[in-house]
Amino acid sequence: MNIVVCMKRVPDTAAKIRVSSNGKTIDESGIEYVINPYDEYAIEEALRIKEKSGGEVIILTLDSSDAQPVVRNALAMGADRAVLLKCAAKPVDSLATAQALAAGLKELNADIILMGKQAVDYDNLQVGPMVGQLLGIPCVSVITKLEIADGKAVARRQIEGGEEVVETTLPAIFTAQKGLNEPRYASLKGIMAAKKKSLVEKDAQSAEECIEVLKMEIPPARKGGRIVGQGIDAVPELVKLLQFEAKVL
Amino acid sequence: MMANILVFAEQRDGKFKKSAYEVIGAAKNIASQIGGQVVALVVGSGIEGIAGELAGYGADKIVVADNEVLKLYSTAGYSAAVVEAVKKNDAGCVLMPASFMGKDLAPAVAAALGTASATDAIGIEVADGAVVATRPVYGGKSLVKVKSKKAPFIVTLRPNVFPVPQKDESKSAAIEKIDAHISADSIKAKVKEVVAGAAGKLDLTEASIIVAGGRGMKGPEGFKVLEELADAIGGVVGASRSAVDAGWISQADQVGQTGKVVSPTLYIACGISGAIQHLAGMSSSKCIVAINKDPEAPIFQIADFGIVGDLFEVVPALKAEIKKAVGG
Repeated sequence: MNIVVCMKRVPDTAAKIRVSSNGKTIDESGIEYVINPYDEYAIEEALRIKEKSGGEVIILTLDSSDAQPVVRNALAMGADRAVLLKCAAKPVDSLATAQALAAGLKELNADIILMGKQAVDYDNLQVGPMVGQLLGIPCVSVITKLEIADGKAVARRQIEGGEEVVETTLPAIFTAQKGLNEPRYASLKGIMAAKKKSLVEKDAQSAEECIEVLKMEIPPARKGGRIVGQGIDAVPELVKLLQFEAKVL
Repeated sequence: MMANILVFAEQRDGKFKKSAYEVIGAAKNIASQIGGQVVALVVGSGIEGIAGELAGYGADKIVVADNEVLKLYSTAGYSAAVVEAVKKNDAGCVLMPASFMGKDLAPAVAAALGTASATDAIGIEVADGAVVATRPVYGGKSLVKVKSKKAPFIVTLRPNVFPVPQKDESKSAAIEKIDAHISADSIKAKVKEVVAGAAGKLDLTEASIIVAGGRGMKGPEGFKVLEELADAIGGVVGASRSAVDAGWISQADQVGQTGKVVSPTLYIACGISGAIQHLAGMSSSKCIVAINKDPEAPIFQIADFGIVGDLFEVVPALKAEIKKAVGG
């Protein structure tokens, strides 16, 4: 079983975001980068499938060489090797990202492709279904459970107020939602082993971006901080404010 | 002639989602500035009977892809229908709800057409003749305005942000059938079963009132107090990451950067301190109320109204007071 996990390096979720002087991207100074949290579920699921059915887990990422340390963290979790599709700047556009990943995936001959349902930087939720369309294979997005047997997969995907049980042929793409599993931490042994694992850099296939960012801005700060009072005595006043000032009741 | 705006009017079980009407309203607003017609597309099986209803919300024309194969959602089946409708209707822009369905469908359609797609827009406008979408990035810590260099521009709109147009019963529109040219065999990923969560429960992303709990709930039992308040005021219960990670409540209920990003009218945060990741997911709520023992909790800095106190006393009192004030 060839299992490929598409991974992205993103700013730590605790990072405070500032807009850079060009007004279109974030100011990256002082930002710590981590594995996209949803991709950690994808990596964990890949490792579990390998532990059960055998095969190889390959990490595929689209980034600059700066991504190497974060990719090594994925190898430390237990992935076998990694391919870094090198580009000068990560595309903002999901389609350009998907096209570059699809080109990389064609060489890896995957039976199962896993990735996070979204990257927590641009929050697009688009790359999985786009890669599926480009490669002509199914994508089941936002999954919370995955079972592989007899060359088929049965996944549960989240929908409003419930879940869908989806059966699909392989090869297929699955995008991971929180709840799919509990990602493991890298062990010291894993971290040592990761240093020796193969991490190949290749030039990414360049793709034309069709999204144009006109402007990035920080949403206006909320004017909060109005303490109505202490304990239950403040409740009648709060309800009045909600009813007559905020008009939300 | 200006290009048209195609709206994917989402239905499940023969009923339109409220967000389908919201999207038609947004499309109408765009069409009034750049011209063209609002063409509403309904995909499903046995849905011809409900399609006409969309005229009342502003659809100038209604297109129906009605096929047994399309009874349940599939990326392959539904994207084939949308692509066909785009081609037949000269669509310069395609709008869909940013529901689980829309967020799965839009990228597949965009990739099939080789064009751009923007997810979960909270604003859409016309600038210099082009459709510009505003969308949150970095979990809502920042906003970007984007446009597409190619047509059609596919945009999904966040539920609950755009108003539902006033329905005009007197309006009617032509209904046209299209064939998605899709067979059951060509759908490789099939829905076998739809498992309902709590019956009829509204999703957090669609709720207009959310009562959320955090670490201050102390355990799964604590959430019962929130359920009671939510039931009394027609709201839905949500949670912060710490409550979800502690196993007190399901992951589907998590609000925040690694949970759901929500925009309700009223967000009542109970026992939530206000980590930056949580604030990212809820700070676009219209009105935020915070109830917390700790007067220094960061949540108070962004809440419109706060009460410092024990939520296990304040929440039941709030329920009683709201019932008294609103329930008569």
